[in-house]
Amino acid sequence: MNRLKLILGIARTHLVTKIKSTVTAALGVTFGIGAYITLVSFMTGLNQMLDDLILNQTPHIHLYNEVEPAAVQPAHRLESLSGDLLQIQSVKPKQGQLKIHNALPILDYLRRDDRVLGATPQIRAQIFYLSGSQDLGGVLSGVDILEEDRLSNIGDYIVAGSPEALHRSENGIILGAGLADKFSLALGDRIQVSTPEGGVFPLKIVGLYQSGLAEIDNSQSFAQVQTVQRIMGKPTNYITDINVKLHRLEAAVPMARELETLFRVRARDIQEANAQFETGTSIRNLITYAVSITLLIVAGFGIYNILNMLIYEKMNDIAILKATGFSGRDVHQIFMSQALIIGLGGGLLGLLIGFGLSHLIDSLPFETEALPTISTFPVNHDPWYYLIGIGFALVSTFIAGYLPAARARRIDPVKIIRGN
Amino acid sequence: MTPVLEAKHIDKHFTKPVRFHVLKDIGFSIQPGEFTSIMGKSGSGKSTLLYILSTMDTEYTGSLYLKGELLTRKPANRLSAIRNAHIGFVFQFHYLLGEFTVLDNVMLPGLKLARKTTAEVRHDAMEKLKMLHIDHLAAKRASRISGGEKQRVAIARALINDPAILMGDEPTGNLDSYNSENVFQIFRQLKEEKGLSLLIVTHDEDFARRTDRIIQMEDGRIVTGG
Repeated sequence: MNRLKLILGIARTHLVTKIKSTVTAALGVTFGIGAYITLVSFMTGLNQMLDDLILNQTPHIHLYNEVEPAAVQPAHRLESLSGDLLQIQSVKPKQGQLKIHNALPILDYLRRDDRVLGATPQIRAQIFYLSGSQDLGGVLSGVDILEEDRLSNIGDYIVAGSPEALHRSENGIILGAGLADKFSLALGDRIQVSTPEGGVFPLKIVGLYQSGLAEIDNSQSFAQVQTVQRIMGKPTNYITDINVKLHRLEAAVPMARELETLFRVRARDIQEANAQFETGTSIRNLITYAVSITLLIVAGFGIYNILNMLIYEKMNDIAILKATGFSGRDVHQIFMSQALIIGLGGGLLGLLIGFGLSHLIDSLPFETEALPTISTFPVNHDPWYYLIGIGFALVSTFIAGYLPAARARRIDPVKIIRGN
Repeated sequence: MTPVLEAKHIDKHFTKPVRFHVLKDIGFSIQPGEFTSIMGKSGSGKSTLLYILSTMDTEYTGSLYLKGELLTRKPANRLSAIRNAHIGFVFQFHYLLGEFTVLDNVMLPGLKLARKTTAEVRHDAMEKLKMLHIDHLAAKRASRISGGEKQRVAIARALINDPAILMGDEPTGNLDSYNSENVFQIFRQLKEEKGLSLLIVTHDEDFARRTDRIIQMEDGRIVTGG
């Protein structure tokens, strides 16, 4: 204990009397760590935002039926033909298969599963929006709007009106913002939609939806499940899609396979749906870490240089300490503690600067059409980055200090004293 | 009586720039309370011998004993501890830690030894400074005092752990005659009042003549006094 106090006392005197070098070395660490915190907070915040933008609109598991021909055609079942070569011309997809069979029992089953946060039914209908003599093709989704609002962030993209308004209205529609612009429609106006079969239905606009993706905003609208079933002339058990949100994203892949075999539907999990997106995220993370590590290595070289200088200046002191009975280990620890004090001091200041800068960025206005919910730059204030930052400051100063300190340990006092 | 310091058959070679036999079969011993000086021309090997005796230089053959304990081939850490506890050393140039105060300079070897509390070491250090009449400098930075004062601080530092022997490598070599005399009187007093053994390498014949015993060296051998 006393020994440590003595060593720290000597280290402190060295640092204080060479305050300029000390501050320069510490500032190197400060800038490295400060830049790391700022960069990593900002970059991961941005990544997080882009992830959310896509992922929140994508259900963890999406159940639907693929339009495809039956794998086993009736001719295959004829035993009298087995062993013969079968040639079936002009195979057509099965009929009526967009509907999920037993959709309502499936929904019940999913809602009782512990892994499931929520499951919502959807009907996707191809329709035409009519305005005078103009008609525009588009998609009308029948949704359970309150459940959707709870499970996805659809509410964030409803720029006028509210989900509740749709819930209350049997013949309401939340219209894509692009469509509203094209037809010069506003909240409270009426719009007519027609099905490919020809029926025309007037709907009242109770909300406007803007996702930020023009293609969607120019075609997508939402209405109640029952409304769409009525427009299409289908019974109340006609459901084309089931969206499942899980508690844990990681469970999506195995559960999708499980549901596929259980219900004989196509189950697409989120990773399958966003494979290329994952790649983008990991590359952005890679760039963030490459830049951060470069910054920290540069800071480490600064410390290495300054400690080397310090030890060169302190050759005499080292010789005297050794001549008066300090061991190589003592000398080593004196210089290591100097390195670590510089790392700790510079690192803590760097955290403070990183904290300040990232909060400054967080408060800067950042408004964009595409992201209606965002008003300032996205920043991720994860305390982990601060732990990693200070950890890296200590590790890099330890490594940078180790070589010069080891050199000081080996200095032969006789050579120094007799050399003068 | 066990000699304080005993050297047996010490040989040393320099390998750089060319192989050179610098110490040849050195053997002698120093009794407690003996004030010995080593004289010789430049290059006679006297300083080299002193650094071997001080345990700082370990590259030699032969054997070295301190109070009957064999020092040769002990690990460096052990030698540091022995040096700290039993050997005081005064250099030609004062070799103080310029950034520390005079008091700190004297205290450091005592704190390293850690046999006493910090308060006790401080008290001892002040006593040594008083004995050498430099207690008024205690709070000054070591780089801000005169050469004669520095050498006295160095002596105080060498004495802080009450060593068995005090070694000096031309401790008066850099001082004027007044300060040289002063240092000699301090050494004399330490021998007479505390019974300290001293081993001083010097060029100064006047200084050497007044010591108990002169070891004369020439070409790496002891010529007289061994």
